[in-house]
This record gives sequence, structure tokens and C-alpha cells, in this order.
Amino acid sequence: MKYLGLIWSNLKRRKLRTTLTVLSIFVAFLLFAFLFAIKEAFTAGVRIADADRLIVRHKVSLIQTLPVSYTQRIANIPGIEAVTHMTWFGGIYQEPKNFFASMPVLPENFFDLYPEYSLPAEATVLWAKTRNGAIIGRVLADRFKWKVGDRIPLTSPIWGEPKGATAWEFEVCGIFDTTKKGADTSGLYFRYDFFDEARERGKGEVGWFTVRAHDAKDAAAVAEKIDAEFANSPYETKAEPEGAFAAGFAQQVGDIGAIMVAVLSAVFFTILLVAGNTMSQSVRERTEELGVLKAMGFSNGLILVLVLAESCVIAVLGGVAGLALAWGILQAGNPAPALLPVFYVPNQALTTGAVLVIALGIVVGALPALAAMRLRTAEALRRNG
Amino acid sequence: MNWLSQIFAIAAFNLRSIPERKGAALSATVGIAGVAAVLVGVLAIAQGFRRSMTASGTPDTAIILRAGADSEMTSSLSRDEIRLISDAPGIARDTSGAMASAELFVIIDLPKRSTGTSANVPLRGVGSAAFEVRGDITMVQGRRFELGRNEVIVGAGAARAFAGLDVGQRIKIGMNTWDIVGTFTAGGGLAESEIWTDAAVLQPAYNRPEGCQSVYAKLTSPEAYDAFKDALTTNPQLKVKVGRLSEHYAEQSTATTDFITTIGVFIASMMALGALFGALNTMYGAVAARTREIATLRALGFGSGPVIISVLTESLVLALIGGLVGAGLAYAAFDGYQAATMNFQTFSQVTFAFAVTAPLVFTAVIGAAALGLIGGLLPAFRAARMPIAAALRESA
Repeated sequence: MKYLGLIWSNLKRRKLRTTLTVLSIFVAFLLFAFLFAIKEAFTAGVRIADADRLIVRHKVSLIQTLPVSYTQRIANIPGIEAVTHMTWFGGIYQEPKNFFASMPVLPENFFDLYPEYSLPAEATVLWAKTRNGAIIGRVLADRFKWKVGDRIPLTSPIWGEPKGATAWEFEVCGIFDTTKKGADTSGLYFRYDFFDEARERGKGEVGWFTVRAHDAKDAAAVAEKIDAEFANSPYETKAEPEGAFAAGFAQQVGDIGAIMVAVLSAVFFTILLVAGNTMSQSVRERTEELGVLKAMGFSNGLILVLVLAESCVIAVLGGVAGLALAWGILQAGNPAPALLPVFYVPNQALTTGAVLVIALGIVVGALPALAAMRLRTAEALRRNG
Repeated sequence: MNWLSQIFAIAAFNLRSIPERKGAALSATVGIAGVAAVLVGVLAIAQGFRRSMTASGTPDTAIILRAGADSEMTSSLSRDEIRLISDAPGIARDTSGAMASAELFVIIDLPKRSTGTSANVPLRGVGSAAFEVRGDITMVQGRRFELGRNEVIVGAGAARAFAGLDVGQRIKIGMNTWDIVGTFTAGGGLAESEIWTDAAVLQPAYNRPEGCQSVYAKLTSPEAYDAFKDALTTNPQLKVKVGRLSEHYAEQSTATTDFITTIGVFIASMMALGALFGALNTMYGAVAARTREIATLRALGFGSGPVIISVLTESLVLALIGGLVGAGLAYAAFDGYQAATMNFQTFSQVTFAFAVTAPLVFTAVIGAAALGLIGGLLPAFRAARMPIAAALRESA
């Protein structure tokens, strides 16, 4: 610890250079955290999926509907604890760019299947009493500043106009939150009974079923049983664990993971080179002094540690600040709910980032540190600047 | 010595001394090359996607959807409506009648070749006039489907991206099986992402005997469009929306291109900031290393203007090299790279090739030059402001 002062004065010797190096590392890690958050936005569904939750959809494609009568038939299959259904409504609020997910659901058991969402008790009561009632997620409520009691008119290109009206008007009964990091609260859910009565096409059809198996171990077997139940009917199904469903959906967008890794490699390669060059330059300039230290009896190992410590301090200063700022920004609220409904820095990114910070410090410092360690004292002293 | 030749003298002197500062110069160049590569790489995705969405559709092709529909997916037209549309003035005609194709657009689940996960692949039922209406459909393998039979032809992009779409294979969709009889290209356009069959066969298979979702029509000329549109939209028997095909596709691509562009520009600007700090470091270092030389020049009578400009020239040259190298790398690595993504407006896959276009490269090089100028400006002023006497005394 007694050498901290020495490291610190070395860093202060060229304040401008140290500051610029710290800043470029800061930006690199800020970007690192944001890229992780973007990747998480696409894949959070996979990570938060419950192992005992299954999605059952039309075998040909997700956009084809299934008869609502399947609800009871699925419920009767052994090994199934609960079943509910949802339908893609595709509601538009005023103009298409205000897009958010909207779906009719079964209020009576929606929260049994999705325990990660919580709704205040009075909202549950109000929703049960209000036929055109809807509940909205926290992110959606913040995005449009909606509150309980507001009336929200939506149009739906898929389902057209409701019977006897020009728009679907929903009354906000409550705002739901999530207890699980990464769960999507950017949507609006309304009552299926109201939807089915008011729609003029496709009555009795629903989008997909969410099923909970008694035991997560049996999930795959239960999925097979469901598909077997409806095999060779006009509405064949494809049942799969929620995680696999979410992973497949994320893959439809593209290999987000690979793109992020490519961009991050470019960023780190660049920063490594820039910071590494600056570090080794600052050590080269001090050859003479290092020789003095050695002449005073500093061991080779100590010199190595001192130079490495210096580069690690630079990396930690910049890296930790970058990670912290990204975390802070996204913790304060989603800056782009329209673009990415789920947007936060996962803890895994923070730990990976912390490891990378140290690794960067060591890698960048390694070459100049080794060079400094191998210096022959007499030669270093002789060298004039 | 005049001002201009002073600039040349110092700038040439600076540039010649770059090899002595290889490390610093290289790190600034690489930093800027990294920014240019990422910017060009990410924007090439958006460009490629947009190109594949807009390559099709000559100005004399129109698409008709139900009023209020935002894509073919949410549209529907009855048999009567289709007949009224086909009779409208302005539609080109040949021996077999109006060049209008009533089409059905559905989605089927097929595994992606790259990952094996299922993807929403568009399956389109077309009328017999579809080939003439599109005008750019070329069979590259096999033959066209025969009307009235369970046969399909596959776009080249779809055949590449999704498994099980080779000629001779069969696809099972629900209760029906379809033979793949050919592969086609469509001038790099959207149709290459699709599977085509006869609409009349697809209708019963999808329980849609009553009609179709859209009508594609070839007009007699691009100028006939306005009259055609007015005739349809003022017809009280019809509730439709009419658009030029090119504009319709461009509109359908905005959400995805805007999304990629926003994220790409965000990433590149952050990186640019990081590279700027690197460039500043390099140029401050370059100025510091030549403190005595610069002071000597000033003592000899060189003005501060030429000193500033010479430092700027050096950083500009380094940045331009970085920008060109980065854009070149991105071109070599990404141009033509085949990919597929989901277009959320139609909820279906679009296959496309990354496109590194000239404007993109130009943008990247201009951006790099800007970085170089900003990175050189402060160090240049520091060089010009150094007190001559003190600088001469400094031991470098």
C-alpha cells in the first residue's frame, strides 16, 4: 500500500494524457454495458422463462388462430396445472409509431400463469367490474403518462372496428409491475369476454395458449401430449417450453449475439491498441527513473507490479465509471420504450465488465511492465531520456 | 518565404516524421479505422435490408389493399371487389386480360438453415398475371408452378436461408403437401424472400375461398397512376387504399431500417468519442515530442498559422487513412453477406445481403476526417501558443 503514492504521482505527471486514456476506456465500457443491455432486450424472454411454462400455438404459424374450445381440452390433459390464452390484437394508439403490445387475456387466471406480474388488489376488483377495462404495464404507463381511469382508444388493423363503434375504447383499471428483472411491462391487456363479444370476425378464435405443467421435469412430455391430442385435426398445434419459444422468436430477428460480439471485439481491439500505446509510451519516457528505482534496490517483481498497478488503476477508473453510468441511466428509466420494451443492464454484464476491466489493465500494462522489469539498471541510468 | 510555402514546408516535415512515431500514429489510425468499420458495417445491414425491400416495384406497378389495413397481412378483398379493381381504367391489358394479380399472403413455419430454429416464411398465392405484373421474375432452376396444382416455386433468398426448400423436395403445410418445382430471382427484390404458388390452390387450403388480401396491378404507364387511384378511391362500392408498389414496400421497411440505423449510429458515435480521445492523445503526444522543433521554426520566423495548419494536416491525413482502411475492411468483410431478419410490419422473414454502398463509405470517410480535425485542433493551438523561449530551453 505504501507505493500507492508513487503510482498516483506517476499518473498525475501527464494529467491530460491520463485523463484522455481514462476517458476512452470509460466510453468503451459505457458502450459495453449498453450493448449488453440491447442484447438482453432481445433475449431476456429466454432467461426469464419459467421451466414449467409452455406455449401452444398453431402448427403452421403463429399468426394462425386456434379455437377457444381447446382451453378445456388442454386443461383435461393429465399433468397440466393451469391454462390460459392470449390473442395478438395489434392495437394502434393514434398513429403506428406509438406501437405497443396489446392482447385480450383471461383476467381470472392470467396472474396465476404469470406470477412475475403484480397488480394492486383494488385494480383486480375494478378490472373484474369493468367490461372494457384494461391493465397496463409500468413502462407503458410511464411512456404515455397514463393513469387509472384514463380512456384509451385503439384501432386494430387485424380485427377492424368493434361492433357499433369506430374504435376500441379501453378504461385503465390498474398498472401492473413486475418483480422479475427483465419481464416486459410495456403492454396493455384487456378482457377476452369483451373482445369476443365486440369483434365482428373470427369469433371464438384465440392466438395461443399458455400452459403450466405440474412439474417442470414433465414439460417436454406434456408438450408431446398436447400435440398428440390435436394431431390430424384441422387445427394442429405446436407446444414447446416458453424458453424455446422465446429463443426461436429472438432468432427470427437475427443472430443478435454474434453481431454484438463482433461489434464489441472491434471496440475492445481499438481501445486496447490506443490505451496500450499510451501506456507503453509513458513507461518508455520514464526509463531513467525506473533505473534509479532499481539502483535503490527495488526488485524486478516490484517494478512489474508497480507498472501493472498503474495501468490497472487507469482501466478501473475508466471502466467502473463507464459501467456505473450505463447502469445508472437505465436504472432511472427506459430511455427508449418504443424501441426496446425491456432495457436494463443485467448483473451478468456488470460482473463480466468488471473482469474485463482488470483484464484490460493487465494486458495493456503487460508489455511495458515486462520491458521495465528486464531493464538493466546501468543501461537505464545511462540512457538520456 | 510566403505563408503558403511555410505551410507546405512544415506539413511535409511533419508527415515525413510520422514513421518515427509509428506507435502513436498507428494507434490513432486504428482507432478511427475501428469507428469507420463499425459504422459502415452496421449501416450496411440497414442499407441491405432497405435495398431488398425497395428493389422491386417499377413506378407503373400499384398495390391495392383494404382501407385501414397496414400490410397485406391485415387486408382482405372480396371476389366482387377484386373484379371491380381489375376493371378499373389505367390497368394494362394483354391477350389474357387485365394485368392484375389477386394475391394471398400467409406465413408458414420453416427452420432457418443457420440455427435450425423456426422462422416465419412468407407463402404467397398469386394470380396467373403475377409474373407479368412483377416483370422481374426469372426462373434460375426448374420451372414455374402449374395452375391448379399443389406446386410451389421458391425465391432464391428463401431457398438459401431456410432448410428444406430445394427443388424436388416437398413441404407439408397443415393437411396439404406441396412440391417444390423451381427457384426464382426477382432482381434482388422482396419476392426473393417468398414462396409462391397458385392463389386458387392456396385459398381452400387456408379456408379463404371468399377472396384475397391484395391486388398487384401493372398500369399502362406511370402517369396513369393518379387517374387509377382516383377511380378506385372514389368508387362507392370499394373501400380500398391504393399505393405505388415501390412506395408501399419502402414504407413497410421504415420501422426496421430506422431501428437498425438508430442503434448503429448510437454505437458508432460512442465509439467515435472513444477514438477522439485516442486521436487527441496522439496529437498532443506528437506536438509534445516536437516542442523544440516547433519553437525553432517559430524563432526562424514561421507564423503560428502555418504551425496550426500543419498539425491539423497531419491528424487529417492519419484520420483519412484510418477512415479508408476501416471502410475498406467493412466492405471486404460485410458486402454481400447474406442474412435474414424479421420485418415486424409483415411479421415475416426478409432475406437480404449487407450492402456497403458508396454513400456509406463517403459518410464514414467524412466522419473520420471530422474526427481527425477535432482531434488535431486543440493540440495545434497548443503548438502555436507555446512560448518560444521556454520551449527552446525544454529538454525533450
